[in-house]
Amino acid sequence: MAGVAVSTTINGDNVEYLCQPDETLLEVLRDRLGLTGTKEGCGTGDCGACSIILDSRLVCSCLVLGAEAEGRRVETIEGMAHGERLHPLQQKFLEHAALQCGICTPGFLIAAKDLLAKNPDPTEEEIRFGLAGNLCRCTGYDKIVRAVQDAASVMKAA
Amino acid sequence: MRYIRPLSMEDAVGLIAGSTGTAAILAGGSDLLVRMKGGFIEPDLIVDIKAIEGLSEIRETAEGFSIGAAVSCAVLGENTALQEGWPGVVEAARLIGSKQIQGRCTIVGNLCNASPAADSVPALVVAGAQASIVGPKGRRTAPVETLPVGPGKTSLAKGEIIEAILLANRLPRSGDAYLRFIPRTEMDIAVVSTGVNLRLDEEGVIVGARLALGAAAPTVLLVEDAAEVLIGSKLDEGTLEKLAKVCSGACRPIDDKRGTVEFRRKVAGVLARRAATTAYIRAGGK
Repeated sequence: MAGVAVSTTINGDNVEYLCQPDETLLEVLRDRLGLTGTKEGCGTGDCGACSIILDSRLVCSCLVLGAEAEGRRVETIEGMAHGERLHPLQQKFLEHAALQCGICTPGFLIAAKDLLAKNPDPTEEEIRFGLAGNLCRCTGYDKIVRAVQDAASVMKAA
Repeated sequence: MRYIRPLSMEDAVGLIAGSTGTAAILAGGSDLLVRMKGGFIEPDLIVDIKAIEGLSEIRETAEGFSIGAAVSCAVLGENTALQEGWPGVVEAARLIGSKQIQGRCTIVGNLCNASPAADSVPALVVAGAQASIVGPKGRRTAPVETLPVGPGKTSLAKGEIIEAILLANRLPRSGDAYLRFIPRTEMDIAVVSTGVNLRLDEEGVIVGARLALGAAAPTVLLVEDAAEVLIGSKLDEGTLEKLAKVCSGACRPIDDKRGTVEFRRKVAGVLARRAATTAYIRAGGK
């Protein structure tokens, strides 16, 4: 089966790859490009572990074909920190212990980043609704919500 | 399997009509990719319609709105003119899935997936929405309620693709609403749902009404008897009681893990009352 040649932008870098037509963007990111920060949970769009930002829209990369990324902008968890300097959300997740096993964390961070980009001062309810597409089986969500609230106030002050 | 991203509707139609195996249309993919992953469908050809000009736009025309087949529900929900014109349609579309799903899913996909529980469909049906369809024989329009013919089945002929959903301009003194019941607060599939669209005269008397139930039958149910109950009333308590009874009676639901027949019947009546009340207030009724 001939591959599909794709030219796209990932975290600001031009990237080219060949993928199979039925391969998901999640599979491309992890298995072809070695960007394993994006996690696979359910593979059916229910858990949000594979969240990425595609042309400024939060999406599940398990529900996007690799071929669809042609000419588009992809942002993954690998693009969140600047070198050694963590994004405020990453810093606050650590400070608030908003993770245990960590599998859901990259998805939560990307979803929270998208949430704050569109709503820099969300209420607790808005955070909970905004992150309803991300499942965490460890924390019970409270610590995640508090970390996002704290990060929002830091980012507003900055 | 082949993946093709045509640039015109004609090419897309030609590809689907000319395919020998299973062909699938890809817009948001939130149903298609899940079905592929689950092994329920193995397409030989995927036609991605997102690069076709105009399909990712909401256009305001003299007649109303034309919502392209590739417009995601997130984009739809951010359109203030549409929110003002058809709040019931927008609130239904915004209930589909999470933020992540909203970024991909489309109302045309919701319609063509033909789930009896599709959230946007009852709202579109009561809005009198039309589907603009392109096929090998040219263009045609069809009322949205004629599209689903059973769970997972549509009336589209081979090679036909819906390019847009058309909504008329909102008439004066009219309003729509959509409500669904789910056992949690977010991220679930309707156990029963109701869309209502009402038009009032200057005295607040209902002169036009459409009510549809979702997840209450194999396809969306346009309840003609409900319209009869509503028309001529000012939505007084007696009318609401009669409406609830008619809607409960119109249901032909199934028993499944999400709800029993008895429960669905009861809730259909409750939702009909509440959605009608909201639509009435939105239409300017008191």
